[in-house]
Amino acid sequence: MIQSVLESAGIQAARVESEWWTIFWITTIVTVIVLAVLGIALKRGAARTDATTSHDAHLHRYIAFATVLTVVILFGILVRSIVTTRALASERVTDVMQIEVTAYQWWWSVEYQHPEPEQRVRTANELRLPVGRTVAIKLLASDVIHSFWVPSLSGKLDAIPGHEAVLWLRADKAGVYRGQCAEYCGFQHAHMAFVVVAEPPDQFERWIQAQRKTAEQPQTELAQRGLHIVQRSACVMCHTIRGTAAGGRMGPDLTHFASRSTIAAGTLPRTPEHVNNWLADPQAIKPGNRMPTLALSDADRAALVAYLEQLR
Amino acid sequence: MRCWIAIAVLLAASACERERRDFKLPNGEQLTQSTRLSQLQPGSPSQPMTVDSPLEHNAYALSEGKRLYSAYNCVGCHAQGGGAIGPALMDHRWIYGSRGDQIFSTIVQGRPNGMPAFGGRIPDQQVWQLVAYVQSMSGNVPKDAAPSRNDDMQAAKPELRREPKPPVQTGHR
Repeated sequence: MIQSVLESAGIQAARVESEWWTIFWITTIVTVIVLAVLGIALKRGAARTDATTSHDAHLHRYIAFATVLTVVILFGILVRSIVTTRALASERVTDVMQIEVTAYQWWWSVEYQHPEPEQRVRTANELRLPVGRTVAIKLLASDVIHSFWVPSLSGKLDAIPGHEAVLWLRADKAGVYRGQCAEYCGFQHAHMAFVVVAEPPDQFERWIQAQRKTAEQPQTELAQRGLHIVQRSACVMCHTIRGTAAGGRMGPDLTHFASRSTIAAGTLPRTPEHVNNWLADPQAIKPGNRMPTLALSDADRAALVAYLEQLR
Repeated sequence: MRCWIAIAVLLAASACERERRDFKLPNGEQLTQSTRLSQLQPGSPSQPMTVDSPLEHNAYALSEGKRLYSAYNCVGCHAQGGGAIGPALMDHRWIYGSRGDQIFSTIVQGRPNGMPAFGGRIPDQQVWQLVAYVQSMSGNVPKDAAPSRNDDMQAAKPELRREPKPPVQTGHR
């Protein structure tokens, strides 16, 4: 899964990409012409034997022409950029889906808005979108300035503490896209990525219905022990698992932890092994992150992994 | 000239310790035995074991403690140090002791009449960060390590500008 501005999959990114190609071709052509003229000049200069030849009579005209042409081209690029920027900012549609994204050091909280608070869905580091529907992303920051960037879907937008920014985007092609924080925000800025999954509307609807449910009850004995550990240890201070005693709001919501594909904001794929290593020593994997190292025995940790892995 | 450069380097080097970020508590600094609340001991009296706060000189730990003080809802009862349901933390009065290990056990064990026991719910390192911050509220940490002013509005002086208030042991009011 790579991230590239040149693989646009949505209307906003398509505008940015077309702008990018326009500027690319203009500058390429200009460079080729300039180098060709330089080559001709060098050749003519070398062929010339008389060092005191007077200036070319038309030289002033050539210079004036090239200057005017440069100004016109640069002005054209400026106008093109303004048109693109305006288009990016003025996308207006009714029936827009609202998602609140809050940037933390160093992860993303995602909340799907709904008039009824019960129907709101909170997840982390993963953004699911129905294909073809415009979404408005309300962007907030909790601590320092971050920047939300999914190159395949839209341009960047800064998330600034105390300020609400709104980003409009629409995914036109189903797929999985990578996004990341694009404003240096501290020690683990590089490990502040997220995944955007664009899927057909009916599939998205099924997903959001599943997310609205409370957490899966543990079936196996091991997983039941895991839930017990969650409820009696430090987990509850920061994490929410709806349907259990865990109600902290400082860290990612874990209600449907196993429905996500990565852990630690795109740092590692979510496999039982990685989850186990993360719980054993989060500071070794992502030094400085807010998750403290917990004193858990190997057996307790195995139970915790078993519990987390069944939170689908 | 060379002498001045040496002095400048020495001064700059002293700042390293202040900003050092240990993301894990060094082994052996865990509080193994809980602090005694009473001075009386059975048998022949011995020097009670005391442990100093390992993080009170560290600016990073203090600012983390400040963050956790809100995150874990200490503000809910103690407000921003002025006290509300719980006692004030920015004054000179201490009911259960002002030493690092005493504050540590107050947080971990809880205290009668309202202080919950956070033992098992907050890892030791974070408790030590909270201890350091609680000490800074009454100006009892080095000024160069204490948090400076907030980004948002703050009713009291920033921690680094608070005058140290010598602790006085009191009972419940």
